[in-house]
Amino acid sequence: MNSLPLLSLIIFAPWIGAALLALLRGASPRTCRTVALLFSLSTLALSTLALTSFDPTRTTPQLVERHAWITALNVHYHLGLDGLSLVLVLLTGIVSPASLLASWQTGRARLFGALFLALQGSALGVFLALDFFHWFLFWELSLVPAFFLIKLWGGAGATRAAYQFVIYTIGGSAFMLVGFAAIFATTGSLDFQQLAQLGADGSLAAKLGAGGVRLVFLGVLLGLAVKTPLWPLHTWQAPAYAEAPTGASMFLAAVMAKMGVYGFLRILWPIFPQPLHDAAPWLLALALGGVVLGAWAAMRQTDLKRMLAYSSLNHVSYCLLALFTVACATGRPGLTGEAATAALAGTILQMFNHGLSAAALFCCIGVLESRAVGKRGLNDFGGVRTAAPVFAGLCGVALFSSLGLPGLNGFVGEFLIFRGVFGLSPASAAVACLGLLGTAVFLLTFWQRVFHGPLGPDVGGALRPDSILGDHSSGPKAPPTKANFPDLRGTELAVLVPLALLMIVLGVAPQLLLRLINPLVTAWAGHLVLP
Amino acid sequence: MSTLPFTIYLSFAGAVLALVAGARSPAAARLVALATSVAGLAIAFFAGAAFTPQAGLQTLVDLPWIAELGIRYHLAADGISLTLVVLTGLAATAGVLFSWNIQERTGEFFALYLALIGGVYGVFLSADAFTLFVFYEIAIVPKYFLIAIWGSTNREHGAMKLVLYSFAGSALVLAGLLWVHAAGAATGFGLSELVMAAARVTPGEQIAMFALVFLGFAVLAGLFPFHTWAPTGHVAAPTAASMLLAGVVMKLGAYGCLRVALPLFPAGFAFWQPTIAWLAVAGILYAGFIALVQDDFKFVIGYSSVSHMGFVLLGLAAGNPQAVAGAVLQMFSHGVIAGLLFAVVGRMIYERTHTRRLADLRGMPLHRALPFAALVFVLAGLASMGMPGFSGFPAEFAILVGTWKTAPVWALAAGAGVVIAAAFTLRAIQVAFFGTTDKSVARPAAAALHLDPITWPERAGAMLLVGATVYLGLNPDTLLDWITPALQSPLMQAALKGGAL
Amino acid sequence: MNYRELFHALSPEAALILGALLVLAIDLTIGRKKIAEARWDASVRVALLAIGLAGCFTYALGANGAAFGGALMLDSLARATRFGLLVLAALSLALLPGTARMRHPAEFVAVVLFAAAGFTVMATAQNLLVAFLALELASLSLYVLAGFDKTKPESAEAALKYFLFGGVSAAFLLFGFSLLYGLTASIEIAEISRQLAAAPASPLLVVALVMVLVAFGFKAAAAPFHLWAPDVYQGAPAPAAALIASASKVAGFALFARLLWQGVGDATGQAPLWMLTVAILAGTSLLLGNFVALAQRNLRRLLAYSAIAHAGVMLLGVITGGRLGPAALTYYTFTYGLATVGAFGVIAIVERAGRCQDLGDLAGLHRRSPLLAACLLVFVLSLAGIPPLAGFFGKFILFSHALRLGGLAGPTGWLAFLAIALSAVALYYYLIVLKQAYVVAPSREAEGRIPVPLKPAIALLIAAALLVALGAFPSSALRLMT
Repeated sequence: MNSLPLLSLIIFAPWIGAALLALLRGASPRTCRTVALLFSLSTLALSTLALTSFDPTRTTPQLVERHAWITALNVHYHLGLDGLSLVLVLLTGIVSPASLLASWQTGRARLFGALFLALQGSALGVFLALDFFHWFLFWELSLVPAFFLIKLWGGAGATRAAYQFVIYTIGGSAFMLVGFAAIFATTGSLDFQQLAQLGADGSLAAKLGAGGVRLVFLGVLLGLAVKTPLWPLHTWQAPAYAEAPTGASMFLAAVMAKMGVYGFLRILWPIFPQPLHDAAPWLLALALGGVVLGAWAAMRQTDLKRMLAYSSLNHVSYCLLALFTVACATGRPGLTGEAATAALAGTILQMFNHGLSAAALFCCIGVLESRAVGKRGLNDFGGVRTAAPVFAGLCGVALFSSLGLPGLNGFVGEFLIFRGVFGLSPASAAVACLGLLGTAVFLLTFWQRVFHGPLGPDVGGALRPDSILGDHSSGPKAPPTKANFPDLRGTELAVLVPLALLMIVLGVAPQLLLRLINPLVTAWAGHLVLP
Repeated sequence: MSTLPFTIYLSFAGAVLALVAGARSPAAARLVALATSVAGLAIAFFAGAAFTPQAGLQTLVDLPWIAELGIRYHLAADGISLTLVVLTGLAATAGVLFSWNIQERTGEFFALYLALIGGVYGVFLSADAFTLFVFYEIAIVPKYFLIAIWGSTNREHGAMKLVLYSFAGSALVLAGLLWVHAAGAATGFGLSELVMAAARVTPGEQIAMFALVFLGFAVLAGLFPFHTWAPTGHVAAPTAASMLLAGVVMKLGAYGCLRVALPLFPAGFAFWQPTIAWLAVAGILYAGFIALVQDDFKFVIGYSSVSHMGFVLLGLAAGNPQAVAGAVLQMFSHGVIAGLLFAVVGRMIYERTHTRRLADLRGMPLHRALPFAALVFVLAGLASMGMPGFSGFPAEFAILVGTWKTAPVWALAAGAGVVIAAAFTLRAIQVAFFGTTDKSVARPAAAALHLDPITWPERAGAMLLVGATVYLGLNPDTLLDWITPALQSPLMQAALKGGAL
Repeated sequence: MNYRELFHALSPEAALILGALLVLAIDLTIGRKKIAEARWDASVRVALLAIGLAGCFTYALGANGAAFGGALMLDSLARATRFGLLVLAALSLALLPGTARMRHPAEFVAVVLFAAAGFTVMATAQNLLVAFLALELASLSLYVLAGFDKTKPESAEAALKYFLFGGVSAAFLLFGFSLLYGLTASIEIAEISRQLAAAPASPLLVVALVMVLVAFGFKAAAAPFHLWAPDVYQGAPAPAAALIASASKVAGFALFARLLWQGVGDATGQAPLWMLTVAILAGTSLLLGNFVALAQRNLRRLLAYSAIAHAGVMLLGVITGGRLGPAALTYYTFTYGLATVGAFGVIAIVERAGRCQDLGDLAGLHRRSPLLAACLLVFVLSLAGIPPLAGFFGKFILFSHALRLGGLAGPTGWLAFLAIALSAVALYYYLIVLKQAYVVAPSREAEGRIPVPLKPAIALLIAAALLVALGAFPSSALRLMT
């Protein structure tokens, strides 16, 4: 309990920035970008502040703010921070400024900055809200800036992609809304903690009735599954990630995809433990589908951004895989908390790690695009390593982190997940290995095609007018030089270096994060898995 | 509170004054209209500030009128009427601001406009069925002229269709009211007297009477399949009239259902409840799908109104306090939002580009040429989609909560409606304002369109309505605190209890 | 039997007749040398004076019940009807100066006064013979008025048609009356009622009733006896048409309501024999009037069919009048009369500036004369039954009575529903009229402003104001009738 409303400040600081930018008419793009970056950094600063007063051993929400808001709907303005929220807030704090930096050269900087800050604030709201009403507010509002970021700064197919993205998500959310309407109709509460209490002691199920609880569960599941996305509801994902501008792709993949997983952990599981347990075998199959087919679909992509989109599907599906395995195993005789704890800790870690690596990789593709007049085909490049060794090195770190190379952060999360899943459901772990294999194949393909071999026909197009005119197929492949593929510039370095450093640090010392979440997942395992 | 009836008198006085002033100069008529509508809004606000919510109507005026039939001039208000009076004030003021550029027959325009407003205020404040009906019909005729004289596409057809539908609806209401008055041997036309009379008739008769009265009012609320007047009428109407029609006049119908049909005939309501709910759901979905494929921008909005009014009717049909409170909130919310949407399409876009075809608008970089219009439409569109943070969300949420209590399957169907609403609104937003992003299509530069800049009345009107929807989205308590006690009155309770399945 | 009493009871009519004679005399003596305009003016002034005097006498008479040995009934209904008729006659006359371009102004005015005298006697008659004589006096006057415009063949056609139909209906009526007399040996309505109550219903009574009702149907222009109405409305001079459409209806319905209820009503307590027939007439008139009006392009014919539809509602009022009092019917017919006089007044004034036959002739009226357009708005909306105008309340109270009369058990309830439903149809054609006046731009050849002479303007304004006032405060009028 702090006199300073730190959590509100975390959420609203970016929004204040957005409002400020909206008012800064006629400011130069440079000013706008700086203002946006400063406000975007506020999250990192404030969450570090929160970190200092955060007590990892307590598993209940901390720094709680709770005020009566809408009495007629029994809505309270309720914010709280626990390990899960903290990890994701930190992730947002890191990725957001990075995304802004990665899109430093974007046109219409004022609008871009305002929309981006609005998006950032909404995402933070989702991670901190503990009452459905404003949780949903942030959840839905995050779509609006995302829509415009994709639509206005995206590629040729952006219109359709943005539309599809929003409609899919709202399509899911609407049923989640109906579900919560039903919950409110029967319990009169929208508070996550109270609902989790009711869910745990089974009174929610009793009130809703057997059929009702299943319907409501499905509705909420649908909303979260679309957002995450859970296979096969992922079809909006690849176009949206591919068409979005670099900064938005980074944020979408790194943060917004986590909103869904967060919802699973914060809402679906605690409130509906029993329905989730019943549905877990089926969901497990879907998550495996995401893991395996996501990886294999990525192998088939020639557009690097689409490849990364499918890779995101694959990585996020690991989180769900772990969660569903745990839910499936709930109450099984002879179950120990150890595997469940590992799986859950892995889930949270994987969310963070994937956030870092996805952001870094999308940024790298942005760099490639900027050097090749918008081309980002798998086969459009080659030999970049010689031309831009720094870039290649940093991108390599991100690639191998994503791949799960020991020593980098990706490894820790996936290892914990596999350890947990293997302990609880060896068959699923075995199938998921196919996904691992696929991941390795396409990431290495990426590495090889882009960074090795002769320089691709389009590389350095920015410096070669003939390639803009389109006769690049006939021209001789010039050797990779620093002239036609310049290495990383200041802002690009500012994005990639910290991300790469973090990957290495967390790969070496994962306990930095694990320390924050271990008590929490142990508690979860205690009361949700072993009731 | 006691000043509320002056909203009615002032509007009619303003109508006469505007007519007189309009003969001298259009500017004078405009000022009269603005002053009148702002005065109405101010009265509504002050009454709202002084309002102490309580169950039941609080009498404002009660005078004998036609002693032979026991008819009294009885005006009264509760939280529900007050909500709608405030809405009327808002919509009226914004409507005047968005009609600032009417040049042709200005005085007559504002006279008819204010007469319509006066009738609307009257309906919302009446506690005597006869009084209510008189005001209800007074509001019908001005609509015809507003559309037929100042309208656009196919205006005479649209005007006639709209007026005939409304009048046919009111004829049904009249038949039902006279019937219950006669069959129940009522001593007068006061709502409370009619309630007692309705209690004396057989359940079979109640069922038939409810059908007449409810259907009559629901026609005006755009109940599927009697909604077809709404899109054509709204499209044909001049901007201010569309704003009022969709924003306020459709609410007259819903208000009539709530104030008259439900309390009078609880047994009839119980019988028809599922039918109404399914029709409402059909309306939500059907109108939504139609809106999804329209090429005329205004038709998109027109059908969206029908779809949203479906939520209101669904809330009424669910028949429990939560849903009905949501329905009233949705009436307010939709009134504001529809006003905004029509204002942007009719005034800001159509009068500058002279086209409403989405196919034409697609080629114009409107978000660069008219950024304010784009911003307002995006905000209004979000509100219309039921985005949290805007007034539509608490309303739809309350409706869903209440509907689930009555019949979960209706709530699910309505959930699908939310998705469709998002789909067509988003489509309209992106096609109309952001056009194609295909770089190969030649698009005129923003400056080359030569569009007049947005004027101050437009800005003021838009700010007023945007402010209302955002304020209410964050503080729905303001209105819910008025509405909820009103639903505790014995009259409403009888209906809402009778409505439990 | 006291002739002083008779003169006293008929003092309003005496005033009217004397006024008529005075008009003729003045015109013969002084008017010869004056221009037509001045003659019209003088005649109308004298006539209005006479009508005013008649009004004073009516007021002085009060409502004292039967007079002159039961031949006349001076009850509140009679008084109210007389007032109403005098107002309508006065309004029709006030429209004359400057509107009619006919020769022989004094004759026209005098005949109008004769007709008015006939109407007022109809309102009081309590005796078959008096009733028939009064009816014939009024009818003959109207035949003359219908054909008064000798320059127009349509006027003559209208007069002939009206005369032929009217003559036939008079013959039916007389036949019916004679059968009634044969059955009851009396021409006193009260006595007839007593006799019929005592005797069982005979087939002859049915025949008598059918005869009376057929005549009634002709007079009221109820379908299927309506065929004369459109032609007469179209052909007759506008002031004459106004009188035919308004005052004649008021008087006719007053007479027949009295005759049917007090004479052959349900003294026995059961539904009267004639009720079903009247109900059928009402239903047919409602349907035919409203639907055929939809197809009209001629304004006067449209008003004629609307009149037929209104006759249907009035017939409903005749049915309800017995149990719930005739006030509703009287209110309805009077306010209908006011609106119709007004509408024909507008037509008459527009006609002065050109043509006024087709709907299109009203195009752009709001620009050519805002006053006329505004008045027309009030009249037409009152006919359509839009509150707060009197036409609405007339319908409201009539339908309310109709439903109170046994709800949906009898035909009246269903008729009321039919009438309510058809009012939406009616609104369509009324709005078509208003659309011409307010929405459509004036045609090229009829663009100029229409001059509105002062007196007709005042008459129209009075009619409009009455419609508004009676609509807003119907109690005052209803109190007068009960």
